[in-house]
Amino acid sequence: MGNEKVITAKELTKRFGDFTAVDKISFDVEKGEIFGFLGANGAGKTTAMRMLCGLSLPTSGTATVAGFDVYKENEQIKNNIGYMSQKFSLYEDLTIRENISFYAGIYGVSDEMIKEKTNSLLKQLSLEGEEKTLVKALPLGWKQKLAFSIAIVHDPAIVFLDEPTGGVDPITRREFWGLIYEASERGITIFVTTHYMDEAEYCNRVTVMVDGRIDALDTPANLIKEFSAKSMDDVFLQLARKAVRKAD
Amino acid sequence: MQPIVVDNIVMKYRVKKSVVDALKGISFTVDKGEIFGMIGPDGAGKTSLFRILTTLLLAESGNASVDGFDVVKDYKEIRNRVGYMPGKFSLYQDLSVQENLEFFATIFNTTIEENYNLIKDIYVQIEPFKTRRAGQLSGGMKQKLALCCALIHKPSVLFLDEPTTGVDAVSRKEFWEMLHGLKEQGITILVSTPYMDEAGLCDRVALIQKGVILSINTPKGIIGEFKKPLWAVQAKEMFRLMNVIKEDPAVESCYPFGQHHHVVFKNTVDGREKLLQIAQIGNFADVVVASIEPNIEDCFMALMKE
Repeated sequence: MGNEKVITAKELTKRFGDFTAVDKISFDVEKGEIFGFLGANGAGKTTAMRMLCGLSLPTSGTATVAGFDVYKENEQIKNNIGYMSQKFSLYEDLTIRENISFYAGIYGVSDEMIKEKTNSLLKQLSLEGEEKTLVKALPLGWKQKLAFSIAIVHDPAIVFLDEPTGGVDPITRREFWGLIYEASERGITIFVTTHYMDEAEYCNRVTVMVDGRIDALDTPANLIKEFSAKSMDDVFLQLARKAVRKAD
Repeated sequence: MQPIVVDNIVMKYRVKKSVVDALKGISFTVDKGEIFGMIGPDGAGKTSLFRILTTLLLAESGNASVDGFDVVKDYKEIRNRVGYMPGKFSLYQDLSVQENLEFFATIFNTTIEENYNLIKDIYVQIEPFKTRRAGQLSGGMKQKLALCCALIHKPSVLFLDEPTTGVDAVSRKEFWEMLHGLKEQGITILVSTPYMDEAGLCDRVALIQKGVILSINTPKGIIGEFKKPLWAVQAKEMFRLMNVIKEDPAVESCYPFGQHHHVVFKNTVDGREKLLQIAQIGNFADVVVASIEPNIEDCFMALMKE
């Protein structure tokens, strides 16, 4: 991991009326880092992520993503990131090949590259011979692995993963993390939210948001030490129980 | 009489020409006042089973009864005496918290007051928002309201289909505390979850995958069925370590678990020595190896591979 910063946020804030959803959060994420973004429901994770993806303008503070400013260059940000969530991933009634071509196409990948990418992606996921299968016929775990591979088909600087492994069986969940590690080794920065605390421990560094603020930011091992906890689950519970704010 | 009896239930869905086997002949029984967990990933068949037991879906074959009543013949009786919380939030989004509760009490010919003691502990947590529309509630509050609505007619059996999915760790803990409170009042609970760590909170669990029950036992019993020694290993460069371990022919499985990898060997070898040797050849730093007890997820993955 170099020291190149792919995300920088300084006192980033978002208010809705008199409600401060995100309250002066500051952090940096380095190139190739797997950065875990944790917090209870309603802590402000989604709002923060939307600002970093260029989908929502901050109220105050500064941030750059892949070198672009979240206020003025949000279109460039969208071109340089990938995004995947449990809820939104692929088009069910398109085939595997069509989904890959569609996403690569809208990210401006050339036809020649699309062909090459499709083949290597099918090989990596052991889906060769399945390219004409409709996505809706795939088991959930396969869909999620495919969705992740498609989210990085244009080699973005960063990929944002919003609870990517919800409901997936434990073996597939681990295979999914294998893909995350491979992407990170290729230099893609991973920004991930999860409700599985063992997955938090796979991250290089983890933040825990409480009531719109970042209450902890360190490696999982250091956080576990700092909170005299047995696991990230304990760390999370100690922090999240301090929350005053209820609701999403 | 056991409140839930499931006997060789088969469920198939036909989509155009293809047939999906959702449940491949599953059987189990649940005792009175028991919290019985169906643990398995999406697509395991959990929701199909819940819908069959709550009389909302007809099984292809097999028998099932709830509270002694047959799910096909006596469906009206069953509907009066069970509470059902579907996985998808199914209350009226444009009615308020209180209106939803009143609505469910009325259709079951009862009142909120009559069974208030049953929901009191849960309802007080959402009462400050009782005039808010259900659609405007947070995930955690929606879940509490849905539980209140499922309880308002004092059911003898409660069916909760993935009540904690997508809910954060704190709310999940609170929800399970509520379920233990209900168990104290004699309510039988069938609950499904994709979170393996919640298995330990049930009296007994069935591990289910692709329409087949892999094992039924107490959480301790499931862990006891795991016969091979399990090792945890840790070092710098965890991803490389996993790949190197997996390449060793003596290794049966190696899965990441948080900060460790859990390793099982094919034959009886000294796991500690073998892992230290693998790590030494691979030039890994800060290697720590420990013999550990398996957890439910270890057991689930081992059963999946059988």
